[in-house]
Amino acid sequence: MSKLSEISASRELIVNLTLRELRSRYKRSVLGWAWSMLNPLATVAIYTVVFKYFFKAQGPVGHPSGLKNFSIYLFVGLTAWNFFNASTVNAMGTLVGNAGLIKKVYFPRENLVLATVASSAASFLIELGVACVILLLLGNNVLPWIPVMLLLVVLEMIFVTGVGLLVSVANVYFRDVQYLVGSILLQVLFYLTPIVYNVKLAYDATAGHAILRRLYTANPTVQFIEAFHRVMYDLRWPTLSNFAYLVFVPIATLVLGLWVFNRFDGGLAEEL
Amino acid sequence: MAEPAIIVDDVSKRFRLYHERNQSLKSMVMRRGRAKYTELQALEKVSFEVPKGTTFGIIGHNGSGKSTMLKLLTRILRPDHGTVTTYGKVSALLELGAGFHPELSGRDNVYLNGSILGLSKKEIDRRYDEIVAFAFADSGQEDRIDTPVKNYSSGMYVKLGFSVAINVDPDLLLIDEVLTVGDEAFQRKCAEKFLDLKDSGKTIVIVSHSLGMVRDLCDQVALLDHGKLTAIGTPDEVIHEYVSGVESNLRRDGEHGTRWGEGGARIMSVEVLNAGFQPVDRLEVGQGAVFRVHYDCDHQIKRPVFKIEFHTPNGATVAAGNTRYHDRVPDMIEGHGAIEYRIPKLLLVPGHYDLSVTLFDYEMLHPHDSRHRFTRFDVGAGFPPDVDGVVSLDGEFHGAALPPQLWVKP
Repeated sequence: MSKLSEISASRELIVNLTLRELRSRYKRSVLGWAWSMLNPLATVAIYTVVFKYFFKAQGPVGHPSGLKNFSIYLFVGLTAWNFFNASTVNAMGTLVGNAGLIKKVYFPRENLVLATVASSAASFLIELGVACVILLLLGNNVLPWIPVMLLLVVLEMIFVTGVGLLVSVANVYFRDVQYLVGSILLQVLFYLTPIVYNVKLAYDATAGHAILRRLYTANPTVQFIEAFHRVMYDLRWPTLSNFAYLVFVPIATLVLGLWVFNRFDGGLAEEL
Repeated sequence: MAEPAIIVDDVSKRFRLYHERNQSLKSMVMRRGRAKYTELQALEKVSFEVPKGTTFGIIGHNGSGKSTMLKLLTRILRPDHGTVTTYGKVSALLELGAGFHPELSGRDNVYLNGSILGLSKKEIDRRYDEIVAFAFADSGQEDRIDTPVKNYSSGMYVKLGFSVAINVDPDLLLIDEVLTVGDEAFQRKCAEKFLDLKDSGKTIVIVSHSLGMVRDLCDQVALLDHGKLTAIGTPDEVIHEYVSGVESNLRRDGEHGTRWGEGGARIMSVEVLNAGFQPVDRLEVGQGAVFRVHYDCDHQIKRPVFKIEFHTPNGATVAAGNTRYHDRVPDMIEGHGAIEYRIPKLLLVPGHYDLSVTLFDYEMLHPHDSRHRFTRFDVGAGFPPDVDGVVSLDGEFHGAALPPQLWVKP
C-alpha cells in the first residue's frame, strides 16, 4: 500500500516520463506525428488488399448499425490491438533501456512502465479519434457511444499496465522474454484475435468443440476487440458477460503485475 | 543525541559476481538454475546514525563499500540484512544528468530530471531561473537552454545536472565525489552552495577520497574497511586512523621494486629511523627522520655518489638528494658500510611513500646498483596538520582576526 501512495505521489514524474517518450518519438522525422496516423492507415490498406481482395474476407453486417465495411472493421480492431501490442513491446524494453537511470537515481520503477503505457495510450486515442471520424463519414453515428468507448479504453489501459509490469520485470531477469513474447506470442495472439477476420469465422470453426470455443473466448484480447467492435461498429452495448470479464480480468492482471513487480524490483539495480 | 536524519542498523550487503550470467532460459536449464558466481561481501553489519543538520563523511580505500553504502542510503540498492531509514526528502549527487534525454531541450530536461528527483512542476517553475542561472550564468550560455542537450559540451551537461540536483532543496543530500565538476569558477560556486546548505541546517553525507575536503566540511566521519565500519568519530581522529591503518597492510619488506646496475657494489637495505635513531614503523609529520642505507662492495669503489629519492605511491617524485650536489662524496668505499640521510623536520603530508636508492659512479651516468621504489614507509599525522598536496610548506597563519595568543611578533 505504501508503494501505491508512493506511485501516486510521483504522478508528475509519470507525466514527465510520458512527455519525454512522446516528445522524442518522432523527433527528427519530417512528418513527425503524422506517422502515428500513417502507420495504421498503411496497415489497414495492406490488410484490406490482402484479406479482402485476395482472400475475399467480408466485413460483418453491423447490428443494429447496418454498416458493412471490411476496412473500418479492420481499423477498429487493429487500433485496439496496436495499443496492446505497442504497450507490451515498449514495456519489455523500458527497464533495460533505462538501466542508467535505475542504477543512479531512486524513484518508483513502476513509473517507467506506466509512462510507456500512457504514451501508447496517446497514440491509441488519436487513432480512435480518426476511426470515429471515418465511422461518422460512413454514416455510423458513433457519437453517443464515445463514453462507452472511453470506458473500454480505461479498462484496456488497466489490462496492459498489468501485462507491462509482468513482462518488463521478467525481461530483466531473462532477456529471452522479449524474443519469446515480442516475436512469437504476440504474433500468435494477433491471429487468435478477430482483427483481420470476422469473429463469426472463429465461432463457426469451433462449433461443436466447446473446449476450443471456451479457450478462444477466454483470451482477453478477443474480449476487448469484440467489445470495441460492438460499441463502435455495431453501435450496441457489450454483453453483460463480456463487460464483467473486461472489468474483472484487467483488475486481476494489474494486481498480479503490481505484486510481482514489487517483489522483484528491489534487485533491478543489481541485475541490470 | 539529536534527532536522527539517517539510521543505519546492522546493514549487510552482498553482491554476486557472476562469471557467466543466466540471462537466458536455455542457460538456466543447462546449468540447472545454478550460475557460477563468487560472492562479495560489500558491507558487513554496519550501523551508524547521522543526526539532523550535520555533515557526515564516509572514507575508505577503493572497494571498502563506500559507494555501496551511499546507494543503500538512496534506496537504489536494498540491504540483504538490516535496515536503512532516512527522514525527509533525499537528493543524491551520484551521476549528474542521469536521465537527461539527448534529443530534448535543456528546459524539458530540467523539468524531467527535477521530477525524477522528486520535485513537482510548481516547485520546478519556482526554481527554474535559479537552476539555469546557477548552471550557465558565468559562461553566458543561458540562451542555449532551449536547444537539445546532445549539443551541449560535457561540461555544460554536467553543470546543468548538478544545478538541478543541488536546487532540489533536499532535507538530506548525498554526495559521491562530484565536487570536482566544471571549471574553477563553477567549483567555487558549488562549494559556496554546500556551505549554504550546511548553514541552513541540511543533513549532508559525503563519500570522498579527498581527506582535506572531509576534514573541512564534516562534523563526523566514518571509516569503512573491506565493508566493515572500523572507526567513527571526529574528522581528525578518523583521518588519523585511516592514514595509519590503511597502510599497515601494504608491502613493507625490501624485496620489491625494480633493480638494475652494473655491479661492483650493492644496496643491501634501508632502515627507517626516527630522530632518536630508533627503527620505527611510521614517521610523523614535523619530526626528525633518518634513512640509513646499507651497502656492500665487492671491491674498492672510488668517489661513489649516493642518490636517494622519495615518491608518492602513484609514482610522482616528491624530492631527491644526492651526495655529489651536497659535496659529500667520499674518496672511496669498500666492504660493508652505511650512509645516512637525515631530515631534521619531515614535511611530507600523512600517507605512504616509496624510497629509491642508487649508488652511482662520480659522473652519475653508470649506477653500480639502483633500487627503484625499494622501501615503503608511512607518515602519520602530526604538526603541521596539512593533509592536502604532497608536502607541507610549514607555513603559519597570522592576523588580527586570530586569537591574541596566536600572535607572533614579526
